[in-house]
Amino acid sequence: MTVMVYCERCGEPGRHDECERARALEPPRFCAKCRRRMKVQVVPAGWTATCVEHGTMHG
Amino acid sequence: MLEQGVGLDEAGILQVLRLPDDEIPAALQLAHEVRMRWCGPEVEVEGIVSLKTGGCPEDCHFCSQSGLFSSPVRSVWLDIPSLVEAAKQTAATGASEFCIVAAVRGPDDKLMKQMRDGVAAIKAAVDINVAASLGMLTQQQVDQLVEMGVHRYNHNLETAQSFFPNVVTTHTWEERWSTLKMVRESGMEVCCGGILGLGETVEQRAEFAAQLAELQPHEVPLNFLNPRPGTPLGDRPIVDPKDALRAIAAFRLALPRTILRYAGGREITLGDLGTRDGLLGGINAVIVGNYLTTLGRPATQDLELLQELKMPVKALSATL
Repeated sequence: MTVMVYCERCGEPGRHDECERARALEPPRFCAKCRRRMKVQVVPAGWTATCVEHGTMHG
Repeated sequence: MLEQGVGLDEAGILQVLRLPDDEIPAALQLAHEVRMRWCGPEVEVEGIVSLKTGGCPEDCHFCSQSGLFSSPVRSVWLDIPSLVEAAKQTAATGASEFCIVAAVRGPDDKLMKQMRDGVAAIKAAVDINVAASLGMLTQQQVDQLVEMGVHRYNHNLETAQSFFPNVVTTHTWEERWSTLKMVRESGMEVCCGGILGLGETVEQRAEFAAQLAELQPHEVPLNFLNPRPGTPLGDRPIVDPKDALRAIAAFRLALPRTILRYAGGREITLGDLGTRDGLLGGINAVIVGNYLTTLGRPATQDLELLQELKMPVKALSATL
């Protein structure tokens, strides 16, 4: 199981209620494992977010 | 207005924007009747995609793609196969429009080449109208887009002329107007709207609607500010839902014959029920699926709602 260290929305440590609510309508921007800003591509039916170290997430 | 199809002037628009809460339903009902009389029951469905995200040199204070702010959005380019796939996904919803957007001041040679290759690849693979939004254009670039077969060009004025310098300092409202004039003269359809909730007064909101009415665009996308982290407007409140509904009615009554499209921010401003209220209050077009850097509600929810409201999706053949 992956333990989330950093918030995928704001990049700060931990989980934040406001960020989690916002994430319903936003793709992740920060890698939860290393806090790097990810390269994010949104398309009409989904998104990809790529961390140079930890790979690509899809949604 | 119902008989002549002539829109409200600025003073009339302002009156609608100032209506008391209990008169909003009547304004929406009138706006709906005007829309049905002059545009019909069809709803134009569109998908949008970002060809070049982030790293923009401009300072539009609402935009997470400006390279001048500490936004978490990184620069990224979409490759042609992914662009075509996005167009296919959009067409599969029944949409007749696919708009390719780039976060730039204006296109350079690299972007124009990507557009040329991308539009050709889409036209070879997908039956859908291609629109573009690439910032400010030169006459040569306008001509090139026409030659590529781009049928509509989006360039938002964003807000009232009097408020624009509070929102953007790296270029002027008049520069945007100049691109719009060239687009109109080229024969491409003009798509021009803006964002409500940038801090403009209600008078400036009316001014903006009147300025759009003067332009007479084919389409007006109506966005509500979705405050983006790291931007100068990141801490602004979202638009009050009642003000959003007033604005929908007012913009329809200002622009009786225009395609009035629900664009970004409707989900956070009005919630799921707001989509229904808008479609019964003057809106006759929607962006389905995701936006450029944020997510929308699933396309199926909008399409099911259109079916429930007995509003047919405008067919591609009807747009040619």
